[in-house]
Amino acid sequence: MTLLVPYLTAGLTEDWIDYLLAVQEAGADAIEVGLPFSDPMLDGATIQQASDRALARGVTVASILQELSLVRGQVRTPLIAFTYANLVFRPGPDVFCRRLAEAGFRGLIVPDLPLDEVAEVSRAAEQAEIELTLLVAPVTTDERLAEIVARSRGYVYAISRMGTTGEQTSLAASAAALAARIKAVTTLPVLVGFGVTGPEQAVAAGRAGDGVAIGSALMRRVLDGATAADLGAEVAALRAALDSASQEDSAERRTPYAEVSGHRG
Amino acid sequence: MPTLSVHQKPATGRFGDFGGRFVPESLVPACDALAAAFHEAWTDPAFRAELDELLEVYAGRPTPLTPARTLSARLGVELLLKREDLAHTGSHKINNVLGQALLARRMGKHRIIAETGAGQHGVAAATAAALLGLECTVYMGERDIERQQLNVLRMTTLGATVVPVTTGSRTLKDATNEAMRAWVADVDGAHFLLGSVGGPHPYPTMVRELQSVIGNEARTQSPYVPDVVVACVGGGSNAAGTFAGFIDTTARLVGIEAAGGAAMTDGSPGVVHGARSMVLQDAEGQVAEAESIAAGLDYPGIGPEHAFLGATGRAEYYAVTDDEVVAAVRRLARAEGIICALESAHAVAWVLREAGGPLLPTGSRVVLTLSGRGDKDMATLGAVA
Repeated sequence: MTLLVPYLTAGLTEDWIDYLLAVQEAGADAIEVGLPFSDPMLDGATIQQASDRALARGVTVASILQELSLVRGQVRTPLIAFTYANLVFRPGPDVFCRRLAEAGFRGLIVPDLPLDEVAEVSRAAEQAEIELTLLVAPVTTDERLAEIVARSRGYVYAISRMGTTGEQTSLAASAAALAARIKAVTTLPVLVGFGVTGPEQAVAAGRAGDGVAIGSALMRRVLDGATAADLGAEVAALRAALDSASQEDSAERRTPYAEVSGHRG
Repeated sequence: MPTLSVHQKPATGRFGDFGGRFVPESLVPACDALAAAFHEAWTDPAFRAELDELLEVYAGRPTPLTPARTLSARLGVELLLKREDLAHTGSHKINNVLGQALLARRMGKHRIIAETGAGQHGVAAATAAALLGLECTVYMGERDIERQQLNVLRMTTLGATVVPVTTGSRTLKDATNEAMRAWVADVDGAHFLLGSVGGPHPYPTMVRELQSVIGNEARTQSPYVPDVVVACVGGGSNAAGTFAGFIDTTARLVGIEAAGGAAMTDGSPGVVHGARSMVLQDAEGQVAEAESIAAGLDYPGIGPEHAFLGATGRAEYYAVTDDEVVAAVRRLARAEGIICALESAHAVAWVLREAGGPLLPTGSRVVLTLSGRGDKDMATLGAVA
């Protein structure tokens, strides 16, 4: 089965928790929760707009974690925080990771924290039992790729294309090549993300790796007024497309997240 | 040649606890390649000779060190002005762009990407691109485009494409984000020609080295080792270049920030635009919007080496207000016949305020870098009563 990992900008709307639950019900295997940052260097126009709008509403990391804590009993899907280094370093990596764990997060992705700068956050995440997933880019050398993969937890995130996040008309050829390079050196599931748009690209990304992360395409819908139910339907369609493609494929699939991350119940 | 920081480890670009390289994995190989290419070029006499020649016959270096005779007499200090306002394009920015554009060509890049605030770096980048036959795209905040129309016209006249940035505070901070995004998307073809001593390694080191010509010249030109060396600081490139010439002397090094963008005075350690430095931010780490009459200092961060020099006490940082700055432009103009940029006037304002006081006792000998000329600011000044 191909893993489906939708992304949501936390706090984008007042009822964003409803969107989170709708995405869960629609069959997400994990959900990336974007903690909005003022300077999202690696995000394209859509996630920038979503972050700006959330921050303009006055949401904070504290308010987001508080809201999540309140619905912890209803959230069965692993949550992965997606945010930028300054929000991690400002309170300190130890405090930040502990707060994530207390709010029910299982993972963390920090796109502006490359291998060379990751040590302190890696240690803090491990202490708090938060899985810090590292990213690999099409330009990453083999030697560096092996090191990143060795230090990545939960998944390895394959950046499908050289560019920011944001909807694309086709899946970059670099996605499949990169996913194959990663899969050659790890048993961790490989998530393919950045710009994946629509069921067709999701299926292609899923075939390249073990799963697909989809953010901008979903956030665009929400920015344009989609309700929680609309977004759930969108994710359900992606789920159905991935599942029917999986059934067609005879290829052996890899172990899903929950079984790989053995230290969590 | 004196270097600014003895503690810096070249491999990672650390200045004590500051600096580093907080960039997406997609940019890591490009930063590595740039660091290697700069090191190789900077130690290549042929590259240095080519740059030195351009600085002389094209940019107009060396720039003079002008005694400010009237102000000196009135203030009771000996004030020497390092005249970067007289360099081609009207500011010190030309020193950096010529070096980086030569390097971009050497690396086989066909295009440069630049961010700009006041437009001085954008104009300089467009100039170097025109000179060396490179394409040039400049990202500029929508708000800065409105208040720096003259520089926008200069850039387009030089053949550059100016892209308005409409996100966030629509100033330099957001233009820098957008330029980095553009670099990720064209990392093979484009060189990101960063204008200041911020950003990921190797930029803080590379830009300081390229700007060190300011301080090295001033040291040679000055008849004495001054008591105080002072320059304005936004990202901090003219100050870094000035300080580099005096780092191993007894001179006090003083950086002057805009009161509305004083990362050293009011900020705290943070990671923005690829480096750990001092940043204006809230309790959770959201970066604040700076607010200064000088678009070039309208920036919530500062180069990491300044953070290091401040933390170790080697350099001192103070802030002046917009009102003090406007008064300083006018006073310098009438006393010395020099209309300096609003950015540069921050350093002047500090000297005017502190002369005769404990920070700048009577009789002090001061070298002040006038980073740029004020033509671009006439509309802004005209709007201030």
